[in-house]
Amino acid sequence: MHAKPPEAIAELRRQITHLERGSERRKPLPFGVPPIDEHLPGHGLARGTLHEIIEAGPASEFAGAATLFTAGIAARLKGPVLWCLTRRDLFAPGLLRAGLHPDRVIYVETSHDRDVLPLVEEGLHERGLGAVVGEVTRLGLTASRRLQLAAEASGVTALLLRRWWTVAEKDLTRLPTAASSRWRVAPVESELLPAPGLGRARWQVDLVRCRGAEPRSWILEACDAKGRLAVPADLADRPDPAQVRRTATR
Amino acid sequence: MTVGATGSRRLIAAVDTTADDLGLRVGMPLAQAQALVPDLRVCDATPDDDETSLRQLACWAIRYSPVVAPDPPDGLWIDIAGADHLLGGEEALLADLTTRLSDRGIAARAAVADAPGASWAIARYGKGCVVPSGRTVDAVAPLPVAALRLSSETLNAMHRLGIERVGQLAAMPRAPMVRRFGKEVGLRLDQAMGHAFEPISPLIPQETAIATLTFAEPIARLEDLKQVVRRLSQDLCRKLTQRGEGIRRLDLVVRRVDEKGASLRVGTAKVTRDHVHLARLFDERLPTVDPGFGIEEAALIASHTEPLVEQQTEVPGIAQDDTVDADISRLVDRLGARVGAHRVYRLAPIPTLVPERMARKISPLAPPTGSVWPETLLRPTRLLDPPEPVVATALLPDHPPAFFIWRRLRHKVAKADGPERITPEWWNGDKRAAPRDYYRVETDQGGRFWIFRDAPADQGGRWWLHGLFE
Repeated sequence: MHAKPPEAIAELRRQITHLERGSERRKPLPFGVPPIDEHLPGHGLARGTLHEIIEAGPASEFAGAATLFTAGIAARLKGPVLWCLTRRDLFAPGLLRAGLHPDRVIYVETSHDRDVLPLVEEGLHERGLGAVVGEVTRLGLTASRRLQLAAEASGVTALLLRRWWTVAEKDLTRLPTAASSRWRVAPVESELLPAPGLGRARWQVDLVRCRGAEPRSWILEACDAKGRLAVPADLADRPDPAQVRRTATR
Repeated sequence: MTVGATGSRRLIAAVDTTADDLGLRVGMPLAQAQALVPDLRVCDATPDDDETSLRQLACWAIRYSPVVAPDPPDGLWIDIAGADHLLGGEEALLADLTTRLSDRGIAARAAVADAPGASWAIARYGKGCVVPSGRTVDAVAPLPVAALRLSSETLNAMHRLGIERVGQLAAMPRAPMVRRFGKEVGLRLDQAMGHAFEPISPLIPQETAIATLTFAEPIARLEDLKQVVRRLSQDLCRKLTQRGEGIRRLDLVVRRVDEKGASLRVGTAKVTRDHVHLARLFDERLPTVDPGFGIEEAALIASHTEPLVEQQTEVPGIAQDDTVDADISRLVDRLGARVGAHRVYRLAPIPTLVPERMARKISPLAPPTGSVWPETLLRPTRLLDPPEPVVATALLPDHPPAFFIWRRLRHKVAKADGPERITPEWWNGDKRAAPRDYYRVETDQGGRFWIFRDAPADQGGRWWLHGLFE
C-alpha cells in the first residue's frame, strides 16, 4: 500500500535534508531587507555554503560594488575573515565602510589565480572563521563542488568574488558552478539630492540563481557602516499613489 | 693582550704568549705595560663573549667525557673518570686534547689529577702533565700559593709572611693558619691536596630533538613519505613533551640511496606540539622532494624550539558553542606553508590621509590594534596604484569634471562631491609639492569613481583616476 501523499512528501524532504548534510540546521543570515529575506529559502543567506558574487556595470572588472556587497555580508557574520587575493587593488579603508574592522580580516595573497582556490579550501577547513572571501577568475564545477563540501563540513561561509580582465574571462562567469547562490551587483543611478553632492549609492542586486528560490532582482541602497542593505525610500512597497487618488475621488 | 677596566683603572685582563715573554702580566696597569712595550697592540676585553665561547668549548669537550664544566674566566673541567680508556689512557687523552686545541689556534694547558683543585693548580702553575693517582700532595706542594685559587689580599698577606709555596702552607699548624687567613685557605688547600671533595656542576648541553627513521627498503612513493613524516612528527612531539617544549621551526631532511639529500623547512606562527598539524604542514611541499632511486633515511629536526606549557583545551561537561574564540594560528601556519609566511598578513591602520600609505602589514597573529580609520572618510573599495591618467573637462575651475575619458570610454558625470584636499606629507618623504583635490563622482550609469587633480586648474593640474567605489 502506498503512503499518503503528505507523508511521502515529508519523507522525501527528510531524505533531501539528510543528503544536504545538515546545511539546514545552521541558521541563515538575514539581510535585514524584508523583500529579499522573504524570497530566500530559510529567510536569509545560507551559512556554510558557497556563494558567488559577480559585478556588472561600467567598470565591472574592478568589482567595486561587489566588493562592498561581499564585505557587508562578511561584516555581519561572526568571526575572523580570510580574504584571498591575487591583485593588490583592494583598499582596506573602503572595507571599513561596510563595517568590516581591519582587525578581523586576514589577507593571503598569491600571484596566480589557480593558487587561490586551494587557499580558500584551506580556510574553509578552519571552523573558527566567519567567512572566506576568494577573488577568483576560473571556477569549474569540480572545484566549486569541492569548496561547497568543505564549507558544508565546517560551517564556514564561502564568498567567491569573480574577477576578470578580459572579455573571454568575463564569459567564464556564465558557466555553471556548484555554488548555492549567485548574485550579480550593478550600480544604478542614485537618488537625486536637492543640493549638489552624493547620497547613498544604489545597486541593482540580481539573484541570478539560488538553490530553492527563483531568480529575482531588487533595487537596493548600498551597505551602510554596519554592512546592512536597505530598500530605497522612494521605491519601497506601498500603495500606488494614483490608485489611492482614484479611490479618494470616487 | 686585552684590557679590562676596573673602576677608573685600566688593567691587563689577558695576555698572549708573546706578551708574556715581554714581561707583561695579568693585573698590570695599562700605562705601565705601554711604558714597557711602546708599540703595544691593545684590545678591549669582552667577558660576555669569552664566557659564551668557553661554553661552546665545553660543549665540544663533551667528546672526552659527559661531565664537563666551564670554569670562568679561562678554565674547563673535564671529569674523565672512567672515560680515559676510550682514547687510550690519560696520557693519550691529554695529548689528543692539547693537539686538537692548538690546531684550532687555542693556546691551552692541561693536567690530569685526582682532584679538580689539584688539576687546576698543576695546569696553571706546574708543568702540564698527568699526576699519578695518590701522588697529588707531592705534585702540588712545590707550587706557588697562587695555585690555590685565593684572593689577592690573602696572597699579599702570605707574601708578607714569607709563605711562597703550597708545601710551606700545608706544613703550618692548621688552627693558627685558619685563624690568620680565614676558612677559605683551609678549604682551598684541602681541595688542592685532594683531601676535600669538590663537586663540579657539569654542563648539560641542550640537544636538538631529532626523530629519525631508516628503511630497510628504500621508499619512493609520496604516500609512504607522508606516512613517514606523520610517524616522525609523532615521535618528535613525544620527545618534546618530556622536555616541555614546542616547535617553532621544523626541518625535514631525507637521504637518498645515491647519498644525495633534500631538505624542507616549515615554520609555525605559534609554538605547538600537535603532531598531526605539523605533519600536515609538510603535505603541500612533499611532492617537491625528488626521491630518485629511493629514500633510505628521513629525519625530522626541531631546529627551533620554545618552552610550551600544557593548556586545557576542553572541559568535559561543558559543550563547545559557536562563540568559541577561534585559534587561527594553525590556519596561518598552513597558509604560510603554501604561499610563504610573508604573504599572510593583516592590515593595521596608519593615521594619515595619503591613500597609498593608509595601511601597513602586520603579523596575522598580532594582538588586535583596535584602531580604525576615521569613519567619516569616504574611501573607495578598489584603489588603482599607480593612479591612471584620465582626460577630463570641468566646466569651471575647481569644479568637478563634467565628463572624463578613462580607458577609451567616455563617462558623463551626473553627480559629484568634493573637493577633498589631501596635502603631501613632507615629513613622510613626499617629494611633490602640490596638494591633490579629490572628487567622488557618479556617472549617469551609476558607477562611482574617485578622481583627483594633482594641482589647481590654473597651475595646469591634470586629472587622474585613483579608485572605484561601490
